[in-house]
Amino acid sequence: MQSSNVDKTVKVGIAQMDIVKTPNTIRTSGLGSCVGVVLYDETKNIAGLVHVMLPDSSLARKESINVAKFADTGIEELIQRLKREGAHPFRLKAKIAGGAQMFKFTSDKNSMRIGPRNVEAVKNMLKKNGISIVAEDTGGNSGRTIEFDPATSKLSIRTVNQGVTEI
Amino acid sequence: MNDNSKITSFHLDVLKEIGNIGAAHAATALSDLLGKKIDMKVPKVEMVPFHEMMELAGGSETVVVGVYLRLEGETQGSMFFILPIEQANRFIRRLIQDETFDFNGPDISELGLSAMQEMGNILSGSYLSALSDFTGLNIFPTVPGLSVDMFGAIVSTGLIEISQVSDQVMVINTSIFEEDQDLSNAVHGQFLLLPDPDSFDSIFKALGVM
Repeated sequence: MQSSNVDKTVKVGIAQMDIVKTPNTIRTSGLGSCVGVVLYDETKNIAGLVHVMLPDSSLARKESINVAKFADTGIEELIQRLKREGAHPFRLKAKIAGGAQMFKFTSDKNSMRIGPRNVEAVKNMLKKNGISIVAEDTGGNSGRTIEFDPATSKLSIRTVNQGVTEI
Repeated sequence: MNDNSKITSFHLDVLKEIGNIGAAHAATALSDLLGKKIDMKVPKVEMVPFHEMMELAGGSETVVVGVYLRLEGETQGSMFFILPIEQANRFIRRLIQDETFDFNGPDISELGLSAMQEMGNILSGSYLSALSDFTGLNIFPTVPGLSVDMFGAIVSTGLIEISQVSDQVMVINTSIFEEDQDLSNAVHGQFLLLPDPDSFDSIFKALGVM
């Protein structure tokens, strides 16, 4: 058990997910075309974050999948895990960031549009589950590092050129 | 390559040789471009989970200059030429003979960016033509894109194709450095070649090792 006085930042890697409770915060770094989805229940001071890489698990070309990699399965699993930790599904809210296009290519290959497709898939999935998006910072051409504090429900976003903003 | 056990240590050596030949040609090209001796390290070839790949250049949040292109043709994959900001500054300052040039900050001079873009073209071109000659495979690179941003944000772009098949990536990583720079100061420029999982068969077949 960690001491309750020590605030810890839980780090979530690419295609991974995790959950935190106050006073800890949760963070993922270097989001490019990936989308960081934060789901939180203010009344329980609990939040979860999934670092989504791809829009849809139907894109997977193998049987056993890492659910955290895809918008559909990742959000579904995060909701279940938050529920198990005591969050109320009807009180869950979302803040999302990412989905940039890091490189401009003339090629119209679908993988080049992955950022916007990820954002769209995340929004569809949240809508399907009746979770409203309180704030978002998506699109553009910049990488993002995000950190969420369940105590304040603020999502801080750092980019290389714009510094830190809060949504 | 869904079954990774098919890749033996012999295969890894072959991939290492690809990194060796490619980066050696690119290092020579860079050396000609800058009029300065450029050295390279022994390539590292390893299969790593995505989140470990993000730590390769000092962490996913480290700001780097990244040139990215896709390989199409008889073998597919992604290729990156990654430079730490300081090293990129030294190269471009020398190339455009402007000591004030800096990749830090929002207003990077167009001339410097275009020089970097061109450098990326030349180096990736040398790497890939060496790879193509070595394997006899026809490889068509896309026009390289340039980005100055967090390493993780840049490199995850090259994992999109791979991530549909796997949660790990084969990284052929070769570092280059200027001979007159202190070797101890950690991260160097690096070429990262990430073949798509379906492409290993064509590479190994072309080289007669399967």
